[in-house]
Amino acid sequence: MKLIAAQGLQVSLGEHPVLQGVDFHVDPGEIVTIVGPNGSGKSTLLRTLIGAVKPQAGKVTRKPGLRLGYVPQKLQIDATLPLTVARFLSLPHRISRAEGRAALEEAGAGALEGRPMSGLSGGQFQRVLLARAILGKPEVLLLDEPTQGLDQPGSAAFYRQIEQIRARLGCAVVMVSHELHVVMSASDRVVCLNGHVCCQGHPETVAQAAEYRALFGTGTHGALALYRHEHTHTHDHAHDHGHDHAHDHHHDHAGHGH
Amino acid sequence: MLDDFLVRAALAGLGLALAAAPLGCFVSWRRMANFGDATAHAAILGVALSLALSLPVFAGTLFVALVMAVLVGALSERGLGIDTVLGVLAHGALAIGLVAITFVPGARLDLSAYLFGDILAVTKSDLAVIWGGAALVLGLLIWRWQALLTATLSPDLAHASGIDPRLEGRVLTVALALTVAVAIKVVGVLLIGAMLLIPAAAARPFARTPEAMALLAAGIGGVSALAGLEGALVFDTPAGPSMVCAATLIFAVTASFGALRGRR
Repeated sequence: MKLIAAQGLQVSLGEHPVLQGVDFHVDPGEIVTIVGPNGSGKSTLLRTLIGAVKPQAGKVTRKPGLRLGYVPQKLQIDATLPLTVARFLSLPHRISRAEGRAALEEAGAGALEGRPMSGLSGGQFQRVLLARAILGKPEVLLLDEPTQGLDQPGSAAFYRQIEQIRARLGCAVVMVSHELHVVMSASDRVVCLNGHVCCQGHPETVAQAAEYRALFGTGTHGALALYRHEHTHTHDHAHDHGHDHAHDHHHDHAGHGH
Repeated sequence: MLDDFLVRAALAGLGLALAAAPLGCFVSWRRMANFGDATAHAAILGVALSLALSLPVFAGTLFVALVMAVLVGALSERGLGIDTVLGVLAHGALAIGLVAITFVPGARLDLSAYLFGDILAVTKSDLAVIWGGAALVLGLLIWRWQALLTATLSPDLAHASGIDPRLEGRVLTVALALTVAVAIKVVGVLLIGAMLLIPAAAARPFARTPEAMALLAAGIGGVSALAGLEGALVFDTPAGPSMVCAATLIFAVTASFGALRGRR
C-alpha cells in the first residue's frame, strides 16, 4: 500500500501556477529524491504532501493515521520566543529527557539539548530539526533541502545519517535536493520536477533521460560523470557498506574533477 | 473584604494581569501587536453600541472585539504587507468609536473612563466578569498550549503534526477578544495593548523556555498592577496609566540587565 499518493495536483501561489498535473507517490521504505531547477515547485510539492498547501485541483491521499516527520527548508524563530533545544523537541508531543537525548544522538546533535535554538549554527539547527522529525517514529520522513548551508563533507555525513535512520526506522524518505551527485547515489527513485513531472524512475534512467538533460544541461556533466562512477561502486558494495563507499568516492572525485 | 473599593481594584488589576500577560507572550511571539491594538481600539465602538442599546458594556465590547478580531484574523491570513492594513484598522476603529460615542447621550462625560479605565469604580459584579473572563482565557491557553506553540513556531510543522494552525489562530483570536472585553474597565481601550505586551517583553531576558516566560510575565503583570495602584494612591494619578508606568519601569530594568548580560 502506498503511504502517500497524489493525483493531478494543481497548485497556484497567488496568480502564479506552481504545480500542474503532478502525480506523486511514496512506497514504504523507499528513498525518493525530488530534483529540479529553482522555482520548479519542489518545496511546494512537499508542503502540499504534508497538508500545508491546499491544491486547487487533484488530491493527496495518505494512509490513514500516517505518521509524518517533516524537516522544513528553514525555520525562523522570533527573537522574543525563548526556546531551548530540549523544549523544541517536546513540540507538539511531550517527550522524556532520555527520548530527546537519544533522538539528538541519532541525528548527530549529541550535547545540544540545553542550548537555546537561537544560538545554533546552521548545521546544528538542521540536525535538531531532524531529531525532532524522527521523534514521532515517522513512516515517512520529508526533508526540504536539508543540507543547505552545509559544506560537502557535512552534507555527505548528513545523508549517511538519514540512511542509518531509514535502516533503523524502516521509514520512507522524500527529499528535495540540489546536490544531484550526492543524492542520486543514495536514492531508490528520482523525480525530476519542473512545474510538472518531467521524468522519474531509477536514478540511472533519469540521468539519461532527455528531459533531465534538457533541464540540467551542461552544468551537470561533472555531476553526471561522478554519479555514474559512484553508481558502479555502489552496485559493487550494495549489500553491506555501499553507502560509505559511495561517500568516499564522491569525495575523491569531487576533489579531482573540478 | 470585597466591600473595600481598594481591594476590589487590586483584585481587578491582578485578574487582568494574570490573563493578559501570558496571552501577551503569544502576541509578542507572533508579532500580533497591531492585531491587539486594532481589536482593543474597536472596543470603544462596542462601548457606544452597549450604551445605545442599554446592554452591559462587557457584552457589547466582547461582540465588537470578536467581530474585529475575526475580521483582522481573516485579513492577516491573506498574506504579507498586513502591517499597514492593521494600522489603518486600529486607528480607524478608534476614531470611528470616538465619533460614534458622542451620539450616545451622556456617554461623552464618561469617555475617559473607557479610554483609560476606571478601576477604582469596579463593582463586585465587574469583578466576577473580570475573573471569569480571565479564567476562561487562561483555560483556553493551557488547554491548547502545545498546539498553540507549535503553530506559532511554524504553520508547516503544525500541519505535519496534524495540527491546524488556523484553528489555533482562532483560539488566540477569541482569547484576545475576551481579554479586551475584560480589560476595558481596568485600563481602558488605549492601554490594553500595553498590558499585553509590556509584561511579556519585560520577562523575555530572564526566560529560557516559553512556559517560564509566560509565568514570569504573569508575575510582572501582577506586580505592575499592584504597584501602579499603590502609586496612583500616593501620587494621586490615574490608576490605569500608573499600572502601565510600573510595567514599563520593570521592563526598563530587565531590558538593561538583559543587555548587560548579553554583552559579557
